[in-house]
Amino acid sequence: MSANVDRLIAEHEGGEGGLVGLLQDVQLAEGYLPREALELIAKRLDVPISQLYGLATFYRSFTLQPRGRHTVTCCMGTACHVRGAAQVVRSLERKLGIRAGDTTKDLEFTLETVNCVGCCAVAPVVIIDGEYHANVTAARTDSLVRKYSRQGGGAR
Amino acid sequence: MTSVQELADHRRAILARRDPRQVWISLCAGTGCLACGCKAVGEAFEQALTDRGLPIDKVLKKTGCPGFCEQGPLIVIYPAGTMYVKLKPKDAERIVEQTVVGGEVVTDLLYADASGKRYERIGEVPFYAKQRRNVSRLCGIVGPTSLQDYIAEGGYEAAAKALTTMSPEETVAEITKSGLRGRGGGGFVTGRKWKTCRDAHGEPKYVICNADEGDPGAFMDRALLEANPHSVVEGMVIGSYAVGAHEGFVYVRNEYPLALEMIITATEQARRAGLLGDDIFGTGHRFDIRINRGGGAFVCGESTALMASIEGKVGEPRAKYVHTVEVGLYGKPTTLNNVETWANVPLVIDKGADWFASMGTESSKGTKIFSLVGHVNNTGLIEVPMGITLRDIIFDIGGGGRGGKRVKAVQTGGPSGGALMAIADDSGGNGKTGLLDLPVDFDSLSEAGSMMGSGGMIVMDEDTCMVDVARYFINFLKEESCGKCSPCREGIRNMLAILEGICEGRGRPGDVELLEEMSDTIIDTSLCALGGTAPNPVLSTIRYFRSEYDAHINQRKCPAGVCTALIQFSIDAERCTGCAACTKVCPQSCISGEQKQPHSIDPKKCIKCHACFDVCRYDAVVKA
Repeated sequence: MSANVDRLIAEHEGGEGGLVGLLQDVQLAEGYLPREALELIAKRLDVPISQLYGLATFYRSFTLQPRGRHTVTCCMGTACHVRGAAQVVRSLERKLGIRAGDTTKDLEFTLETVNCVGCCAVAPVVIIDGEYHANVTAARTDSLVRKYSRQGGGAR
Repeated sequence: MTSVQELADHRRAILARRDPRQVWISLCAGTGCLACGCKAVGEAFEQALTDRGLPIDKVLKKTGCPGFCEQGPLIVIYPAGTMYVKLKPKDAERIVEQTVVGGEVVTDLLYADASGKRYERIGEVPFYAKQRRNVSRLCGIVGPTSLQDYIAEGGYEAAAKALTTMSPEETVAEITKSGLRGRGGGGFVTGRKWKTCRDAHGEPKYVICNADEGDPGAFMDRALLEANPHSVVEGMVIGSYAVGAHEGFVYVRNEYPLALEMIITATEQARRAGLLGDDIFGTGHRFDIRINRGGGAFVCGESTALMASIEGKVGEPRAKYVHTVEVGLYGKPTTLNNVETWANVPLVIDKGADWFASMGTESSKGTKIFSLVGHVNNTGLIEVPMGITLRDIIFDIGGGGRGGKRVKAVQTGGPSGGALMAIADDSGGNGKTGLLDLPVDFDSLSEAGSMMGSGGMIVMDEDTCMVDVARYFINFLKEESCGKCSPCREGIRNMLAILEGICEGRGRPGDVELLEEMSDTIIDTSLCALGGTAPNPVLSTIRYFRSEYDAHINQRKCPAGVCTALIQFSIDAERCTGCAACTKVCPQSCISGEQKQPHSIDPKKCIKCHACFDVCRYDAVVKA
């Protein structure tokens, strides 16, 4: 971990601000924000760890917990909402056996919601591992999840 | 570019290398079309072109969004402008053979309207006919990663004009004269903002592009950044010159990975070409742009919160007794505009303030991009002159309600905007008339109890519950309230509890009045616009759809059939064909019946998941 984080910190050094961007990069590399990484950043950049913790808990895109191998993101924007996003999330929650925001026990799937990804014209939208899926219905979530799950993986 | 001459020479050289008769395919590779599967379609085209020995780099261009997302994946074949829609990978070969090589039209892939009439050219399609595409005119024409494309279309000539033939004061005056108002939501006069910043004491000065497009349902900024990022860079170069800034920031939402990639590439290209740097066009003007990523906090779209976030702090707004144009980023004078506003700037400089002011209404000039989404047939991005009516947008451009359903409301202005009533006969006897003929401009929308916002326009039909919509927005704002001010933090939470009660059948007489009273307090006592406008969705739904609140509270009924606690699913025996599609998707296995005989749902086991409702092709599953 630390070699990665070290390199990322080095890239950010010199630039004022930009802490949010650094945390994004660390999260991208590590999948989440491990405590050790935050401690290292605090030390190297001489910022209080409380400030980093504040950022990590204020901004929605950060997580302090390890995430699943696959990330399922349901868009909850207004256009998605009026076209049935709530039923899509409920259906995914049922299939994965977790609530939105949680990760399956086998660390296969993390289910999360997002306020809007700007694909409103083809709502509701679900993103799995960065791949966008348009016009999703509750009935279609089954085949979507199956496509990504390993044999006997997180999905029922 | 060290001089204007060099830009002109460069453009001439690019055009000389290009054959205007060359047939080429513009494939939309924006996020919307990606969701519809355009990647596989693009690969199929590459294969089909390779098979025929045609040069991919000349014939196939991946562009940004031309707007008609509903019909994606889509392509337009130039120079004729033939548009093919809803493509599958297998269509690529036919198109290459018949249209690219043969020059014929593949009729069955053309767009067809509800009556089945097909349209050959993009400009003839009704969705485009009433639009006036200025800011978005190059979306779908230029390759977003091609500086050459942008220069070939006259890109950066406005910047050259401003920097070499106009003084900063003249540049500010031209923007002021045009009447351009901020496209991000506030609608503040851009020229006045620039002038205040220019006149403010303190160095250095900053310009910021707000690309933290947080309003759900709005994606014009994403589309602009994905399709034509150089127009934003050019606008910022002009703005920096006008206000006297040497450093700029683009603050992009983390939820827009492709837009982020495109603006990073564009700034790198501009830097290499000397369009950003120490001596732009040899005028001595120094300006560069840094890219910042957001962290998924809605409040960061607010200018002071955004600046705090760039500074590496928690994105909390501060009181604006002193405006950010005087004390902004790092305590210095800062001009912040959103993506669409910046993209308008080169147009105003290039074509002149009078040209810009000739479009729109008295107080709202120019054109505005809207994302037309929700329950309307033609969803997508549209650019129209300010002052066009909702009727023109929803029916002429949008093609009316989906599946012929009655349009009930239009929501504009983001979560804290308002739900506008659109149909006159839907007032539930409260005497409020419909707003279909309302002109869409800053002031008319405010008077109607909503606001322009950044341009999200969500159409809702008769199947939408207005109480649920209000609950949705208040829940959104509860999550996104930064928590600094108690009225917003606690008030919104308690409003949500009341709204959830109403949706779950626990509403009490007096709830509506209580909501109204709380709204007044939150509006009056919150610091920033988030709290100050948060109760709008509740107030406007009460104003226009009071009867729905009453039905939930007094009759324990949800007239639109949305609030799950108040509805039951059942099967209409007359319509049911016994196809058993619903039994296969029911997660509770609570639908039973003989093959080819009417089925029935066990209400005790039903969890109201809607799966059966979605799959039934005979409309036999009913909610009541």
